Amino acid sequence: MSTRWFGQPIPRVEDERLLRGAGAYLDDLGHDALAAAFVRSPHAHARITDVDVSAALDVEGLVAIYTYDDLPDRLAEPLPLLIPHPTLTHGRTPYALARDKVHHVGAPVAMVVAEDRYLAEDAAERIAVRYEPLPAVVGIAAARAAAHLVHEDVPGNLAARMTQSTGDVDAALAAAPHVLSLDLAIERSASTPLEGRGVLARWDAEARRMRIWSSTQTSTGVRAAVAAKLDLPLVDVDVITPDVGGGFGVKIMHPWPEEVLVPWAARLLARPVKFVEDRREHFVASAHERGQLHSVRVGFDDDGRLLGLDVRFWHDHGAFIPYGLIVPIITSTQLLGPYKPGAYRVTFDSLYTNTVIVTPYRGAGRPQGVFVMERVMDAIARELGLDRTTVRERNFIEPHEMPYDHGLVFQDGRPLIYDSGDFPASLAKLKQLVGWDDFEQARETARAEGRRIGIGLACYVEGTGVGPYEGGHVVIETSGKVKVATGLTSQGQGHQTVFAQIVADELGVPLDDVEVVTGDTRRFGYAVGTFASRAAVMSGSAIALAARAAKEKALRVAGDALEANPDDLEIVDGVVRVVGAPGAEISLGTVAVLSNPLRYAFDTAAQAATQFASGDPAKPPVPEDDEPGLEGRDYFSPMQSTFANGMHAVVVETDPDTAEVKILRYCVVHDCGTLINPRIVEGQIHGGVAQGVAGALYERMAYDDAGQLQNASFMDFLMPYASEVPSSVEIDHLETPSPMNPLGIKGAGEAGVIPGAAAIASAIEDAEGIVLTSMPISPSELWELRRSKETG
Amino acid sequence: MKPAPFDYRRPEQVDSAVEVLGTLGSGAKVLAGGQSLIPLVSMRLAHPSALVDINRLRELDYVRVDGDVVRIGALARHARVLADPAAGAAQPLLRQALRLVAHATIRNRGTTVGSIVHADPAGEMTAVLALLGGSLRVRSSRGERNVTAGELFLGPLESDVRDDELAVEAALPVLPPSSGTAFVEVSRRAGDYAVCGVAAFVRLKDDGAVAAARCAYLSVAPTPLVLELTDQAADPRAAGEAARAQVQPEADLHASADYRRALAGVLTERALTQALAAARASGAAAA
Ligand SMILES: Cc1cc2nc3c(=O)[nH]c(=O)nc-3n(C[C@H](O)[C@H](O)[C@H](O)COP(=O)(O)OP(=O)(O)OC[C@H]3O[C@@H](n4cnc5c(N)ncnc54)[C@H](O)[C@@H]3O)c2cc1C
Repeated sequence: MSTRWFGQPIPRVEDERLLRGAGAYLDDLGHDALAAAFVRSPHAHARITDVDVSAALDVEGLVAIYTYDDLPDRLAEPLPLLIPHPTLTHGRTPYALARDKVHHVGAPVAMVVAEDRYLAEDAAERIAVRYEPLPAVVGIAAARAAAHLVHEDVPGNLAARMTQSTGDVDAALAAAPHVLSLDLAIERSASTPLEGRGVLARWDAEARRMRIWSSTQTSTGVRAAVAAKLDLPLVDVDVITPDVGGGFGVKIMHPWPEEVLVPWAARLLARPVKFVEDRREHFVASAHERGQLHSVRVGFDDDGRLLGLDVRFWHDHGAFIPYGLIVPIITSTQLLGPYKPGAYRVTFDSLYTNTVIVTPYRGAGRPQGVFVMERVMDAIARELGLDRTTVRERNFIEPHEMPYDHGLVFQDGRPLIYDSGDFPASLAKLKQLVGWDDFEQARETARAEGRRIGIGLACYVEGTGVGPYEGGHVVIETSGKVKVATGLTSQGQGHQTVFAQIVADELGVPLDDVEVVTGDTRRFGYAVGTFASRAAVMSGSAIALAARAAKEKALRVAGDALEANPDDLEIVDGVVRVVGAPGAEISLGTVAVLSNPLRYAFDTAAQAATQFASGDPAKPPVPEDDEPGLEGRDYFSPMQSTFANGMHAVVVETDPDTAEVKILRYCVVHDCGTLINPRIVEGQIHGGVAQGVAGALYERMAYDDAGQLQNASFMDFLMPYASEVPSSVEIDHLETPSPMNPLGIKGAGEAGVIPGAAAIASAIEDAEGIVLTSMPISPSELWELRRSKETG
Repeated sequence: MKPAPFDYRRPEQVDSAVEVLGTLGSGAKVLAGGQSLIPLVSMRLAHPSALVDINRLRELDYVRVDGDVVRIGALARHARVLADPAAGAAQPLLRQALRLVAHATIRNRGTTVGSIVHADPAGEMTAVLALLGGSLRVRSSRGERNVTAGELFLGPLESDVRDDELAVEAALPVLPPSSGTAFVEVSRRAGDYAVCGVAAFVRLKDDGAVAAARCAYLSVAPTPLVLELTDQAADPRAAGEAARAQVQPEADLHASADYRRALAGVLTERALTQALAAARASGAAAA
């Protein structure tokens, strides 16, 4: 394989268009569409006793109002439980519009369609819904106590209890010379992409076809769900993802109620209909993540080596559980990080509460698990008086132990086996990068100036590139241009750039000649979606295989034309040539012409492929095992995930008076296998670090006891600004190629966020000498912790 | 998040604006920079029957130093006031405060007078007006009146500017000789409304002793709180203690009441230290 583009930090081909404002996001489309708005529940838990729409009917421009009673057939059934699991014994999903009851503030009760969104909101405001409030279950403690139930038929508010273990934990803990217990908490946050959800549907009444644009992370998922709900043949539904202004996980959840209701209304009304979620709706009607409580017991020897780890945790999944147990399963497995736990047992309860649903948010359960494991490492170091890096080094899985089988089942139902990684090397790099061994000197200097600084670190392993599969399609057109399609979607990752880099190398064509389309079911119908740091691994590999297939055919056709052995051919700059025979060459465009036997020439070049110009009269024009055209299509479906890893170190300064926390340095050592484009990987890390800082110091969903979200706006939900995230992130890469795929790559999309809370907690603890057990932490909370330490 | 229907007027002259306000009656609202009003209207938390847009009233787009008063017209944006060299030299607290008001994009639209009328107890300019003893000139079809800072702030987001009145100008005294000011605050994110903030003013006697010192506080009371600290100011730490003992803040999502109180103390100390230094420097320069 040529390595001309692969590994180059080239700028993203997407950027010029996007930075010029030429992007087209969902709300840029469908100016002729009717607008949908929703009447949403103001109560966390209530019975609906009456919906009176009469006052709304005289709003000029009103087109339709729908409530549950209007929903036909399969649309009246609960929305799908996307990922069932044997332990998910009490899985409940919502109706597209509330039926009899609402289970969280923001639940959709009625859909209003009007000539524009203003009018739709005017009408929505006049719809009078009578509620009989019921007691709300808010927070993990209330869910566990189960004095009230979110769903009458779910005892204990418990959707699932799941245990996994290796070895005999009870015996290991009983025999361990040291045992510590820790109670730890992480609060709720959310993906909060700047563009919320949105969907536009056009029904072609004559062709009886549906075309949908959705701001989604899975166009094929939405397509299948809409086809099923609306009883349409799959071939008559197209789903297209326009430019998407961020996803971070929340848009892999599907179908949202709006995603099935809008197409349904478009068909019913025979007019295009659009729904664009606003910011307030996004806070209360999409999804959150993170909220977990952990209770851990850990046994270790005098050197700090783990002997047994017993983790019990409670996961708040909100009012429904459409996305199944993915988040807590990831927590329970990825908690182990780069370490050998000795005997391990983990049990979690996934609990209903009267709050917004919980589905994966970048990191997807890992930040919680890593926070827990890294708190354990720091606690052991403190207990034994050891350096924090020493304890980690002693517990690492060594490179010679790879592949390493933890003896557990991962989120994809497959064994948790790490494919590769060199954790000691990563830590050595990190210590070097941050100057770990010299930090005491810096601390003393700062102290002499009346300043308090601290250093912390955290390590993680991330299963990336989960299956089941992705596909790629590569066509070389007669112009010589290469058109590439893959079914998964893009939300700003730079797929058009990296996939083009892969194809340009595989085919030997200029990068500019490669055009990539993602997330359009018209171009590629088989796909899973963009999540779990899987796009580069899955679609990147599939596209590479598809390009190889196209190349093989190109060489074969060119070999016939040049009367040369395909093995003697190479493709350089879009020209196939005989190695060592200057002048014996043919452009890929001409090869494409020849690959498709024609009866009718559409231009002069095409005359070469017509029946009196080419072909062996002894053979059929298209041989039996061949196809016309210069295309390759292939799929990539690995046996299991590939495991990336990384380590972060952070230096903070805490204000002795105001307890404000300032990040002085943020260092990252990252191993995502072979890098396709280092610049893009670093961009992913920067964004991830920003969200890690957010989860550590700023963001939390503040519900009151009645289930009202107190901070449902960017004024009070403190998504950090550029001014709050470190202005520079110091990055060092390690490249341990994955043996799991043809390119040796591992995923990088979520990495940056995962250890943020853990590393920052470690650093604040180090600066303050105060033990931290929950994140995020605000200056006010740090100040209160100082005070309780002083007063004992 | 789209506003309910409202009537919209955009007068070209102050006189007609005042007349329109007089005829529309209660329920009409003045629209200045819209940075506070538009979110409220869009979230349907406010349902004005009409908006009277004053963005065409060019005659109110000014900042000038007029003898011992800095005058800020109702259409002067925060950014303009912040950048005005004469106003900044005449009353340094303006710049010290305005750089803490929101972010550049919001300062480009939001007006200083609008933020005073809006009377947010977390707003920097309300504290400035209160600390310096400034005033607001308001006009209506009934005439014109001057409202002093002491009279203006009635409660959180409630000022003594009536529905038919247009605030036309804020007036602030220039900095007297041998005086200094400072503005310090703690906010969760740069540009956010402060968790707590302190504006300080200090004037020195010829012998360097403190002639007058007071501080104004953000986010610790329903209206901008001003504490008289002349007796303590020579020792900023003691002044901080005094402030801490006097404020009665409340808890919210971002801070406990005690933390806020502690901040009031710390920030008083910091602000007074800076203001004292500035006053000494100004005294030395004059001498
Ligand atoms: C994200 C964000 C952060 C912010 N952070 C801060 C901050 O840290 N500190 C701070 O002080 N402010 C902050 N603000 C508010 C900002 O300063 C506003 O611009 C200001 O409060 C109001 O000015 P405006 O011209 O936008 O007024 P508008 O929003 O147009 O009006 C506000 C209110 O005042 C009335 N009003 C305005 N002008 C007049 C007038 N001439 N006569 C009579 N009534 C009038 C209006 O009717 C309305 O009730 C922030 C705003 C945003 C959006």
